[in-house]
Amino acid sequence: MDTARNIGDVLLNVEDISLSFGGVTALNNVSFDVREHEIRAIIGPNGAGKSSMLNCINGFYHPQDGHITFKGERREQMQTHQAAEQGIARTFQNIALFKGMSTLDNIMTGRNLKMKKNFLWQSLYFGPALQEELEHRAVVEEVIDFLEIEAIRKTPVGRLPYGLQKRVELGRALAAEPDMLLLDEPMAGMNHEEKEDMCRYILDVNDEFGTTIVLIEHDMSVVMDISDRVVVLDYGKKIADGTPDEVRANQDVIDAYLGVSHD
Amino acid sequence: MAGDAPNTRPLDTFPKLLAENARVRGDRPASREKDYGIWQSWTWSEVADEVRALACGLKTMGLARGDTVCICGDNRPHLYWAMTAVQAVGAIPVPVYQDSVAEEMHYIYDHAEASFAIVEDQEQVDKLLEIKDRLPLLKQIIYKDPRGLRHYSQPFLHRYAEVQEQGRTYDRDNPDFYEASVDEGSGGDICTMLYTSGTTGRPKGVILSFDNMVITAANASAREGLTDREETLAYLPMAWIGDNIFSMAQAYVSGYCVGCPESSDTVLEDLREIGPTYFFAPPRIYESLLTTVMIRIEDAAGIKQRMFHYFMDVARRFGMDILDGKQVAFGDRLLYSIGNVLVYGPLKNVLGLSKVKVGYTAGEAIGPDIFVFYRSLGLNLKQLYASTEASVFITIQPDGEVRPETSGTPAIDVEVKIADNGEVMFRSPGVFQAYHKNDAATAETKTADGWVHTGDAGYLDSENHLHIIDRSKDVGKLNDATMFAPKFIENKLKFFPHIKEAVTFGHERDYVAAFINIDIESVGNWAERRNLAYSGYTDLAGQRSVYDLIEDCIEKVNQDLAADEKLGGSQIKRFLILHKELDADDGELTRTRKVRRNTIAEKYGDLIDALYSDKTHCSVEAEVTFEDGRSDTIRADVEIRDIASGVSAQAAE
Repeated sequence: MDTARNIGDVLLNVEDISLSFGGVTALNNVSFDVREHEIRAIIGPNGAGKSSMLNCINGFYHPQDGHITFKGERREQMQTHQAAEQGIARTFQNIALFKGMSTLDNIMTGRNLKMKKNFLWQSLYFGPALQEELEHRAVVEEVIDFLEIEAIRKTPVGRLPYGLQKRVELGRALAAEPDMLLLDEPMAGMNHEEKEDMCRYILDVNDEFGTTIVLIEHDMSVVMDISDRVVVLDYGKKIADGTPDEVRANQDVIDAYLGVSHD
Repeated sequence: MAGDAPNTRPLDTFPKLLAENARVRGDRPASREKDYGIWQSWTWSEVADEVRALACGLKTMGLARGDTVCICGDNRPHLYWAMTAVQAVGAIPVPVYQDSVAEEMHYIYDHAEASFAIVEDQEQVDKLLEIKDRLPLLKQIIYKDPRGLRHYSQPFLHRYAEVQEQGRTYDRDNPDFYEASVDEGSGGDICTMLYTSGTTGRPKGVILSFDNMVITAANASAREGLTDREETLAYLPMAWIGDNIFSMAQAYVSGYCVGCPESSDTVLEDLREIGPTYFFAPPRIYESLLTTVMIRIEDAAGIKQRMFHYFMDVARRFGMDILDGKQVAFGDRLLYSIGNVLVYGPLKNVLGLSKVKVGYTAGEAIGPDIFVFYRSLGLNLKQLYASTEASVFITIQPDGEVRPETSGTPAIDVEVKIADNGEVMFRSPGVFQAYHKNDAATAETKTADGWVHTGDAGYLDSENHLHIIDRSKDVGKLNDATMFAPKFIENKLKFFPHIKEAVTFGHERDYVAAFINIDIESVGNWAERRNLAYSGYTDLAGQRSVYDLIEDCIEKVNQDLAADEKLGGSQIKRFLILHKELDADDGELTRTRKVRRNTIAEKYGDLIDALYSDKTHCSVEAEVTFEDGRSDTIRADVEIRDIASGVSAQAAE
């Protein structure tokens, strides 16, 4: 297992993606790759196209141009559930949990795709269906243990503070045992302590399970600390790509963040 | 069994008691822990195997008789086993408060001269690595939970399970080692060394022998009639004497089962699932349970509220008498039993207290209302007067004679006397051996013939019940020579659910003034009901209406004080609500949440000066320290308020 941190081959390749909504160009000829076991950050000012990029990767948006190769397989017009089946899980910028359900049930929904018994079986809490339920529950309990959220196992998520909801959302994504995890602003709106915790979980996920992580984040100190490579987008275009140090020294990036006028 | 007659081998140490429990009740549960959402149990014989393996493993790593081993983490069966394993090889376990910051840890490891550390997880390992350079004697660190530690390659770090594996191999090759090593121990040996948090100065290492612990535990179990059928939940710090008695010594002597919660945040739920029969909690736990109940009742439907209040009134009138076995009219008994079915039973069940045979509280004074609330529900809650130097028990409230204002009568084999200066003193089999490397303090506390100075002022009443007033050294005088007992007043303040912590000043001053910490949960709920917006503790604490709320509480305390002939003059004239919560991480409280007066007086000198001037506002900056050692400052402008009318003694009547 010590190979977990050894960065491997290209897992995801994004080539010349262009996406527009009517006259608005969200992404313009963007290419980059993500290697196995890597933590890859996508940064950029507001409206740079970061979330659109994630939405393309998990099949929610379909780019007009370019293609995406995942695990060596080139895909056309993929649906979100197919992305999930291939091992891509994600969290959202605005938390998308089932507010009335408990933490446990929310994380259990992350196992949905792995449930093989049909509806009839599942409505019986008996025999093979029970066995399946127990196996999934065991995985969910491991996730709960990992994220240290035992105390809120049975609390409806709507009653939890924001930072914990973010953690539950990460838990749901982890329950799917993904190969690649897409995190859309996992630390937005958190206080210092919560951010530190979240950083530790992201590093631990990457380290213990070898999960490849693509994240969007605004907190530069976090991004520079935890990511292996960073892509910078501005107005839908890629303006830089490299290690945190390279990106930090890049003049275009500095301009984009300090706000040089675009003519 | 005939060849193993108990009297040939006195059961005077924990390892020997463990072997005996494994022999007599090997299949009974000894430890439980909730892990991955399921309660895992270990029987006494399984525990004996685990301990044996670890003890042999420690031996192979070079742990020798007389060495000290620090143990640190949340309450976990594996850490309790580690205590016994260390004792089995003749070394001395020193449990350390798990939330101590690295500097506090350094003091204890250094002072105890620990050569080994057995800790729970990465958090504790990280703290140790930070100070390891300055601890030349610390040779090996063993951790239970490998999570996050995979890339730590230091040669002195070992996994608990691997140490046990080594131990099993060693045991196969040297099958006689373990028994011989256990037999070598005897009752006079050091059982453990506990560092008292100490409200003044550096912590002191209290040395306790096996005799201290085992005899005291046996006496206490005998007094309450505890058997091996008891269940208890170990959730208070392992470094605290109470946990060592309730979760180790008494469990070993009586053979009962100790459960460990899943995490420190799940205690209340775990409590409900375990349903302990023997339960200890400091007053603040009973208070917070009651606060939760009251908040939820206020949210309940009208009919439920009326039913609750009606039957709680019935309980208040007859419950205590019924529990004490006194004469109660048949009709009232009937009413109480209906209440039991409808209210008290379900309520105790929700709190996880329905099976409790004996519940203790100690450490701080408990509010009479709270105490009466639980007892009237039929819960046999009793107050203790306890100290680390006594291996817990000094006095216990006896069944049938429980009075809220006293701490009860002396425990079995304990003698209590009042010194000429009013200080409480005791002598018992539990009296500690000495303070580690501190002969001066030992001589100051313990007399040559075994009497111990408690430092508390108190008196014994005609029925031999002990009353405690305050710490002797804290009792002071106002400038007009009125007696001033700070803790006495602070406790009265803290009995209000809105007040979490209070610090009063008055010694050699003209009048009494107070710092107040509000209870964010209770006041927060109050604010919510009034649609009062607030952003956090500092904001809420500064609101005018919160000041009004607290002023009401203080006026009630003043009325109470006015009725007391000795303390009538020490009413509170001015107060302020602190802009931050007092915290052990900032050194303002001890780890057992007792107020450190000197630290507070130093840190908030400006505020104290302002209390004794005519200012109505004072701006402050306070440094807060986080558990990882980082610090930050909070700035605020604190309002100081006068209590409108000083209540005179006559007006109170």
